[in-house]
Amino acid sequence: MSSAAPPAERHPMDQPGAPVVAPGHTLESVTAKISGVVLTKYAPKQWFLGLAVAFLLLQLMALAVVNLLFRGIGVWGPNVPIGWGFDIINFVWWIGIGHAGTLISAILLLLRQDWRTSINRFAEAMTLFAVACAAFYPIFHTGRPWVAFYWLMPYPNSMGLWPNFRSPLIWDVFAVSTYATVSALFWFVGLIPDLATLRDRTQHPILQRVFGLAAMGWRNSVRHWHNYESAYLLLAGLSTPLVVSVHTVVSFDFSTGLIPGWHATIFPPYFVAGAIYAGFAMVLTLAIPLRRWYHLEDFITMRHLENMAKVMLATGLVVGYGYLMEAFFAWYSGNTYERFMMYNRMFGPYWQMYWALILCNVVTPNLLWSKRLRTNIGVLFVISNVVSVGMWLERYVIIVTSLHRDFLPSSWGFYSGTIFDWSAFIGTIGLFLTLIFVFVRLLPAISIFEMRTLVPPQARKENAA
Amino acid sequence: MSSDMHGLMAEFADAREVVVAAERVHHHGYTKVDAYAPYPHEELAHALHLPKSHVSKLVLLGGLIGMAAGYGLCYVTSVFVYPLNIGGRPLHSWPAFIVPTYETTILFAALSAVVGMLMLNGLPQPYHPAFHVPEFVRASTDRFFICIESEDPHFDAHETRRFLEGLPGVAKVTEVPR
Repeated sequence: MSSAAPPAERHPMDQPGAPVVAPGHTLESVTAKISGVVLTKYAPKQWFLGLAVAFLLLQLMALAVVNLLFRGIGVWGPNVPIGWGFDIINFVWWIGIGHAGTLISAILLLLRQDWRTSINRFAEAMTLFAVACAAFYPIFHTGRPWVAFYWLMPYPNSMGLWPNFRSPLIWDVFAVSTYATVSALFWFVGLIPDLATLRDRTQHPILQRVFGLAAMGWRNSVRHWHNYESAYLLLAGLSTPLVVSVHTVVSFDFSTGLIPGWHATIFPPYFVAGAIYAGFAMVLTLAIPLRRWYHLEDFITMRHLENMAKVMLATGLVVGYGYLMEAFFAWYSGNTYERFMMYNRMFGPYWQMYWALILCNVVTPNLLWSKRLRTNIGVLFVISNVVSVGMWLERYVIIVTSLHRDFLPSSWGFYSGTIFDWSAFIGTIGLFLTLIFVFVRLLPAISIFEMRTLVPPQARKENAA
Repeated sequence: MSSDMHGLMAEFADAREVVVAAERVHHHGYTKVDAYAPYPHEELAHALHLPKSHVSKLVLLGGLIGMAAGYGLCYVTSVFVYPLNIGGRPLHSWPAFIVPTYETTILFAALSAVVGMLMLNGLPQPYHPAFHVPEFVRASTDRFFICIESEDPHFDAHETRRFLEGLPGVAKVTEVPR
C-alpha cells in the first residue's frame, strides 16, 4: 500500500503526542477548512482515481445481482449441509464494521472523549454504508426479495402470514432495521447545523437552495441549540445500548442453534468486541488516506490515529480471549461433538483459514503495544487491513467449519465460494467505497460545529489568531 | 413602536462578551429575546434563563409507546393472530419477545427525540426575518448575535437601540425588517 507510506517530510501533526486540533485555529479557519472540501470546484486527483476504481467494482455488483436474480441463488455456493456461506459471512462482517461508527459517535460522546469529534461524522457515514452493504446479503439470499416481506415484516398481508417472534432471524430484522434507522437519524441530526453552515457560506444560488432546504431553516439560535443538545445527548444514550444489542442479536442467530461451535454463551460479548475491532480497523483504513488527500492532518492528528490503535489493541485482546475460551470450553465441556469441532477447525480441511485468522487477529494486533509501530502511519494502515481480513476469516471459520461437519458423518460436506459469491462480495466493497467517496465530496466529512467547540476559548473571537 | 420591524439585532465578535450582554438584556426585563451562536454555547443559554428543554419528556413518552407497541405486536401475533404450537410450549413466550420489544423501544424513543427536537424548534421553517441581516450568515461561522424582538412589551425602537449599543463588545446594531 504505497499510498499510505510515510511521507518524506513528516507533517507536524503526524508526530506522536500531537494535540486534538492543531494550534492556531480559529472559528473561521476551522469552518473554512472543513466546508472548503465540499464547496470547492476541485477535488484531489486521488478522489477521482478512488471513485473510478470503486465505481468499477460497483459494476461488478450490478452484474452479480442481475445474474443472481436471473438464474436464482443456486449460483452461490451454499448448499446442504452448508446452508449459510458468503451471504452470512459478509453480512456479519459488514454489520460489525458499522459498529465503530456508533461507538465513536455515541459512547465516546457520553464518555466526553473530545478526540472523537473529528472522526465521528465519517465514522457514522461508514456505519450507514456498511449497514447498506450488510442488508444486501439477507435480502438477496431470500432469492426473490420482492416477496420476502411476508415473513420479514409484520403486516397484515393477503397470505395471512405473520412472522415468528420466537425466531432469532426475525429479531435480527428488528435489530438491524432499528440500527440502520437510528444511525441515519443520528447522522442527519449531526448534519443539520453543518448544512446551515454550508448554506450560509456557498455563493452558488442553487447550492444555497439545496443546502437551505436540507438545513430546514436552522438559524443557530440558542433556543435551537438548547433542544438540539438535549436531543443529541439522548440519541447518544439510546444508541449506546443499541451498539451492544445489534451484534448480540446477530450472535443469537448462531448461539440459539445446536450446531457444535455455535451453541456458546460467550458469543454475544465476543461478537460485540469483534465488531468494534473490525470497525476501528475500517475507520483507520479510511481515515489514513482521506486526511492525507484532503490535507486534514490538522484535525485528524496522530492523537486520533494512536487512540484508535489503542482501542483496536484492546478489542483485539478481547477477541483473542474469545478464541481461547471457545477452545477451552470445547475441551472442558467433555462433549464429543464440541471437541471434534475444535479439532476439526484447527487441523481439519479448513486449517489454513483457522491459523490465518489467529495470525491476523491475535498475533498482529500485539504489534500495537509498541508506540513506535502504532505511531507509524504506514504500519498502522497495514495492520488495520490485516485485521479486516482477519475478521472476515473469523466469520468464515465460525460459519463454514461448524456446518460442514456436524453430528452425522453422512451429512458432511465441503464449501467454497463460487465466482458469483466473490463478485457479489467485491461488488459490495465497491458499493461501500463509492458511497464513501461521494459522501466526502458532497457533505462535510468532519463535524464543523463540534470542531468549533474544540477551538480554545481565547481563539473564539474574530481577530484572535 | 413600528410593526414593520421584526426587532433589533446586535452583533458580537467575542464569545464571552456576548454572555455578559445577554445577562444585561435579561436583567433589563426583555423576554422576547433570541441569541445566536455558531456552536452550542451553554453559558449563553444560561444567561438568557431558557427553561429546561422538553425533549427528554417526549423521548420517555416515545420509548414507552414503542415498548408497548413492540410487546403488543409480539403478543397479539403469537397468541391470537398466528398461534404456532411448537412442542406444546406456551404461546405467550415472553423471553423471546424481549428482543423485538427492546428494539422498538429504542426506535420509537430515537424517532421522538428527532421529531420532538424539530417540533420544539419550529423546524422546518422556510422563512425567518433574521436572515435579512447581511452579517447574519456569519452566525454559522464566528459571530454571535442577540436579537430583541419588537413584540417584547419593553421594546421601543429608539430606547432599545440605545440600550443595545451600550452593551459591552457590541460590534453593530441592525434593524431586522419583517
